[in-house]
Amino acid sequence: MTRVLDVENLRVSFPAARDRVYPVDGVSFSLDRGETLALVGESGCGKSLTSLALLRLVPPPGRVEEGSTIRLGDTDVLALRGEALRRIRGRRIGMVFQDPMTSLNPVFTVGDQIAEGVRAHFPVSRGEARRRALELLREVGIPDPTARLDAYPHQLSGGMRQRVMIAIALSAEPEILVADEPTTALDVTVQAQILEVLDRLRDRRGMAVLLITHDLGIVAGRADRVAVMYAGQIVEEAPTAALFARPSHPYTQGLFASVPRITGPVERLSPIGGSVPPPGAWPSGCRFRPRCPQAFDKSETMPPLLPVGPGHRMRCWLAERGDGGAG
Amino acid sequence: MNPLADALARAWRDPRGRAGGLMLAAMAAAAALGPLVLPDPLAQPCVLTCRNLPPSAAHPFGTDDLSRDVLARVAAGGRISLAVAFLAVALSATLGAATGLVAGYWGGAVDSALMRLVDAALAVPRLFLLLLVLAVWEQVPVVMLILLIGATGWFGTGRLVRGEVLRLREESFVRAAEALGASRWRIMFRHLLPNTAAPLLVAATLGVGDVILLEAGLSFLGLGVQPPAPSWGGMILDAKSVLVAAPWAGIFPGLAIVITVLSANLFGDALRDAVDPRGA
Repeated sequence: MTRVLDVENLRVSFPAARDRVYPVDGVSFSLDRGETLALVGESGCGKSLTSLALLRLVPPPGRVEEGSTIRLGDTDVLALRGEALRRIRGRRIGMVFQDPMTSLNPVFTVGDQIAEGVRAHFPVSRGEARRRALELLREVGIPDPTARLDAYPHQLSGGMRQRVMIAIALSAEPEILVADEPTTALDVTVQAQILEVLDRLRDRRGMAVLLITHDLGIVAGRADRVAVMYAGQIVEEAPTAALFARPSHPYTQGLFASVPRITGPVERLSPIGGSVPPPGAWPSGCRFRPRCPQAFDKSETMPPLLPVGPGHRMRCWLAERGDGGAG
Repeated sequence: MNPLADALARAWRDPRGRAGGLMLAAMAAAAALGPLVLPDPLAQPCVLTCRNLPPSAAHPFGTDDLSRDVLARVAAGGRISLAVAFLAVALSATLGAATGLVAGYWGGAVDSALMRLVDAALAVPRLFLLLLVLAVWEQVPVVMLILLIGATGWFGTGRLVRGEVLRLREESFVRAAEALGASRWRIMFRHLLPNTAAPLLVAATLGVGDVILLEAGLSFLGLGVQPPAPSWGGMILDAKSVLVAAPWAGIFPGLAIVITVLSANLFGDALRDAVDPRGA
């Protein structure tokens, strides 16, 4: 396995009333070639900001803090400036954004927008860029791609637009594809198609995929590993099968309990009480403590990521008792 | 169809837009083609007997106090007045778009500095500023007149474009373009500018009417287009002394001004409604 992305102790800060707040606070993960890592969490947990930080696109006045590391192969992303930074955007990491309705420029045809990505990174002629755009449209499964090349975004459905977004993200042939809630804005039936396109492309091109979602349902059978985020931190990380078999962190258990199950006995859903506190209002110690049904005295100190099983770690002192997953 | 073409098509379906557009096109065509077939607007065929002739087959709009053909002068004056208006507005739109793009996309100190400049400039009454400059600078050439009017007319447009850019830059297609490695200039000119084209065109169309009035006013005061070159405002000034003897010498250029400004405003209003139906 080739390591393509290494993120260590990523911290993103924003200025607040008095000092700075850290919506992303010490996130570490890595991605291998051909692998899908799902980053799961509620809105406001810092998962989108994490993905933007990978390309140094954190909107000002936010910034990535000293001591964070983002390595793309042997490129130190945080040391790049100007032109060098632009060369990795799109080329090393391609991004698919959440809302296909606003992620395409309304005044250009989809062919132009895909070709723009090609021409931004490769010295090819207009005609060649257009030919590649056509190929990409075909690759993401758009019917009648020749006609669609000259369509404007508003002439396409949401699912089609998201396919176009994927084609744009692929236009510079990146080794990593970051998909930030790629299906949230789409109908359920279209969701499945888009996810299939992503899976197929990953397998064919050997890309690594970082799938950011709040939906555990789309993670199963698709991601190799899952990282669950809460309040700016990764609270549990595990191979997908292990996580589904034995969700260990009380927050992860809460997430599973709030999703209806199709198989098994009909049970009352138990949502997690309260909501993610905003950055700056995080409690000391374990950040899930105020909402946690299993909090105990030790939760008042921040737990590190503790081993639960092979490749399976969680940020909870319950791991020491060896009874994680009992709940 | 892209949004600008779409807005134009909708404006065309609006009766005001169609009437305004057609009249404006007719005036522009008359100004462009008229002087090719009409008599020389400066010619004085018969100095004594042809002065202040009423409209007739030979002189459809009559002749003026210097026995020149009024129709020929209205057409030739239209050429100058419309050229001044379109070029000055084009200059204003360019300056305003550039300022608005830079201020809106760069933000921060650059934005503050540019917007304070615009605030200060808007506090100076344009007409008096122009009157002052033109009164000091006698016999101003038409090119300078265009530059002066254009350079004093972009402040509102700058603010308008900045507002649009502030809204657009939060749209995720800008983020998507950044994520694809587009440079700041590319984002400003390729992604943001075309998205401001429709409101920019509305502002420019309405600006054409304003500038025609402004130029006519300046020429009427003898400070704009300099005689003997014909201009609508200048013709009304000349006609003032023979208003009773030869009213046609003033009425026709006056009508030309009214029709042109009215059609520009009609078209601009229809276009604005087509761009932003809520603002109707």
